[in-house]
Amino acid sequence: MNVTDILALLPLLLIASTSVAVMLGIAARRSHALAVGLTVAGLTAAFLSIFLAAPLIPRQVTSLLAIDSYALFYMGLIILSAAAIAVLSYQYFEKHDGQREELYLLLLLATLGCAVLVASVHFVSFLLGLEILSVSLYAMVAYFRDRQHALEAGIKYLILASASAAFLLFGMALIYADTGTMAFSQLRELSPGGSSLMLLAGIALTVTGIGFKLGVVPFHLWTPDVYQGSPAPVTAFVATTSKTAMVALLLRYLPSGALQNRPVFWVFGIIAIASMCVGNLLALRQANVKRILAYSSIAHFGYILVAFLAGTSAAASAVGFYLVAYTVTSLVAFGIVTVLSGREGDLDALEDYRGLFWRRPVIAGMFSVALLSLAGIPATMGFLGKFYVLTVAAAVSAWSLMLVLAITSVAGLFYYLRILMTLYSAPPERPSLIPALAQGSALVLGVLTIFMVCFGIYPTPLLELIRAMIGGLN
Amino acid sequence: MILVLLIGILLLAGILAGVTARWSTRWPRWISLAAVGLDLVLTAAIWTDRGSSAGPWFDEVDCSWVPGFGIHFHLAADGLSLLMLILTFFLGVISVITSWTEITERVGFFHFNLMWVLAGIAGVFLAVDLFLFYFAWELMLVPMYFLIVIWGHERRVYAATKFFLFTQCGGLLMLIAILALYFVHHQATGTYTFEYSELLGTPMSPGVELWLMLGFLVAFAVKLPVVPLHTWLPDAHTNAPTAGSVILAGLLLKTGGYGLLRFVVPLFPRAAHEFTPAALVLAVVGILYGAMMAFSQTDLKRLVAYTSVSHLGFVLLGIFSWNPLALQGAIVTMICHGLSTGALFVLAGGLQERIHTRDLGRMGGIWTVAPRLSAAALFFSLASLGLPGMGDFVGEFLVLAGSYKVSIALTVVATLGILASTFYALRMMQRAFFGPNTNSLQLADLTPREGLIVGAMVAGLLWVGLYPQPVLNTFAPAMDNLQREVQAPAATLRR
Repeated sequence: MNVTDILALLPLLLIASTSVAVMLGIAARRSHALAVGLTVAGLTAAFLSIFLAAPLIPRQVTSLLAIDSYALFYMGLIILSAAAIAVLSYQYFEKHDGQREELYLLLLLATLGCAVLVASVHFVSFLLGLEILSVSLYAMVAYFRDRQHALEAGIKYLILASASAAFLLFGMALIYADTGTMAFSQLRELSPGGSSLMLLAGIALTVTGIGFKLGVVPFHLWTPDVYQGSPAPVTAFVATTSKTAMVALLLRYLPSGALQNRPVFWVFGIIAIASMCVGNLLALRQANVKRILAYSSIAHFGYILVAFLAGTSAAASAVGFYLVAYTVTSLVAFGIVTVLSGREGDLDALEDYRGLFWRRPVIAGMFSVALLSLAGIPATMGFLGKFYVLTVAAAVSAWSLMLVLAITSVAGLFYYLRILMTLYSAPPERPSLIPALAQGSALVLGVLTIFMVCFGIYPTPLLELIRAMIGGLN
Repeated sequence: MILVLLIGILLLAGILAGVTARWSTRWPRWISLAAVGLDLVLTAAIWTDRGSSAGPWFDEVDCSWVPGFGIHFHLAADGLSLLMLILTFFLGVISVITSWTEITERVGFFHFNLMWVLAGIAGVFLAVDLFLFYFAWELMLVPMYFLIVIWGHERRVYAATKFFLFTQCGGLLMLIAILALYFVHHQATGTYTFEYSELLGTPMSPGVELWLMLGFLVAFAVKLPVVPLHTWLPDAHTNAPTAGSVILAGLLLKTGGYGLLRFVVPLFPRAAHEFTPAALVLAVVGILYGAMMAFSQTDLKRLVAYTSVSHLGFVLLGIFSWNPLALQGAIVTMICHGLSTGALFVLAGGLQERIHTRDLGRMGGIWTVAPRLSAAALFFSLASLGLPGMGDFVGEFLVLAGSYKVSIALTVVATLGILASTFYALRMMQRAFFGPNTNSLQLADLTPREGLIVGAMVAGLLWVGLYPQPVLNTFAPAMDNLQREVQAPAATLRR
């Protein structure tokens, strides 16, 4: 390890040292504002250090981590979304008593885990990143330990995540036993051709672990409960950052060659179709905004898997674009739940949003754009994401997957319209109190909404960036 | 550049209307009226100036939009688009005026949606890049949804959701077909493009062509509507506010007819030819079914909604007969249906504003208290049942004359539709306006504002009915182009 290696790892190192700084800060003086300030400053520095690392790529740092444009792109996305969540959390946790500062410590550690995942090319770094992420999330999910739903969500997440990690480890062991290596690159050369049963079993078990983090069917059971029980900003993190990191890892771990293998292809095909159907159908009857968004996220990762299954060189770009669109959109949606929540509990019942547009047109307007983007209506990033996914699927003539995608998104539209209709219906007689928007949250939500619309209308700069940075993955 | 301006003015006016509403509700109304009026004048200017242009388009704008996918921002207007645009802005003006007293709450947001839905419709009629077309196609849905769900009547949520889901389902299938066409074209020529003129005549196997045509057809058939896919229409029309009904009946349905004319038949001529018998049967079924359902309605707006199903059946019949007479008939029917049905919705909306019901059973004898309103209703009912001298007659006559060359039997059955329209139109007149005023209704007659609307629409219908030649002349070059596209592959096959 020399200076260049350290420079290449600078984003990771900066996130890690920020978490130490926040911890020391808490020890010295408990201040919510200080903790948020340090976190955002550290994440900003980490983001800027990506530009320092950029001239050195591609660079293999030890056999565990590869710092290439792919890793840097996703690190950027992860760090920015974590910073946005930190800003949004300030307004949210400021209303609550008790010890709020540790959340930022956990947030930084979880971000570090995500950043490790997107750079990992080896089972060891895979597992390390995953566990850093998971262990931080256990505590984040149950952060309000006096709330019933939070505790339930935390325990559910803890048990299921540990079980899935066990599956993952066993899978890794089987693959190692068969191939004698833990590096992904070796696996890439082995999987397409004559693969042994042991290797296939190993891959299947690792897919279980990955599928759990993505919350795709049939590993989705935790999703609605954890989304509902977690504090809203943590939900935003679980929905966006942690899933982004996992998809990025999946594309590295199972490159397009592996999809030549029929069983692997079929497994992912079935997972994709089941996720699109189950996610969209189960969301129809929900009356809780967080639960609706949970089921909708299951469906969205089904859509992403459709692009992944195409396995062409454009697929990585399509997945990347979809992830950016999904992250931006979900941050706005969950961000609005975050800023509207009071101290008693999160504002997540659909009824609470009745008539919001007539009372708070700007917030409701942003929420509407986010919902339309999730539904894939043009002039939003969500539409272009879906368009890109359909394009790569059409290129390989995956008509059945495309049809399922189209029909289930019509079902999906129904529940987005339900929320939308609630926002615009007449306000109730005695409306609940809605807190004012803090400046930081307003800025974050505003910028993200502008992103969503501008890149939805003119996506070329973002498309070119994505194609340049992650298009050459395979 | 003027084409971008047409859409830009509406988008900008929508935003201004939304913002200025906080000071006075007069601002959004006047801003919207000025914007749509300006668009109408600009379109009329293109129309009178159309002789000077060379090539198939009177005017066009083309710039690269998303080069990574070969997407262009390409707007172009020929005679077909131009006629549709004039109808759009004319009915746009009518919708703004008719909402003047009907909409009293949330005026700013109402006019925002009204302007944006008109902008989306104008985009649909102008886009010749398929991606842009889809973009505009979806974009007009959202404001329409809001118009129904916020300012609609009793079952507005149900109606709006159903409308959105039906259209979106058709739209997504069309998107898949567009993408498939994009790749088929790439395989054949090596270029990625969504450009309409380049995608014309893309060589493909008959099976592929049929599937792709069906993908497009579903989207347009939902909008038109073609009978098994029409069930959203009565609900949406009935529950929308007056301006929404006018735009739905007058314009949104026409986007379906326009799509069939512009895209389905020219892009997939052989598949469309194969599909012709089925389409003609569906058209005739729609004509009779719509008339029959209209006859049995007790809700005035629902009745008018079902007459749309019947009239648009003639449009489908005309388009799939695909000869000059039938095509001219289809386009005249689309325009005149927009005027006559739009006017009937304005009158039904006016009645509802006055007596707070749409139930025919609670009307009767209105002529005795509101003669001018009733006379107007009589005029448009007669237009709707195809009285010679008014536009609808010209359209339906031409359609039948054209379809006679394709199938005599179906034409005879379709003619029964005109007969049936007499029944429902006269029944409506008799139940609502004639007879004794048993419910002792008291209502004001047409206001000058409403008189203006009605007068303009009467003039339009009479003009097309008595002297349709300018409309046909405008459409003629566009029709020749469309027909050439369709005949070219057929000719190469024969060779």
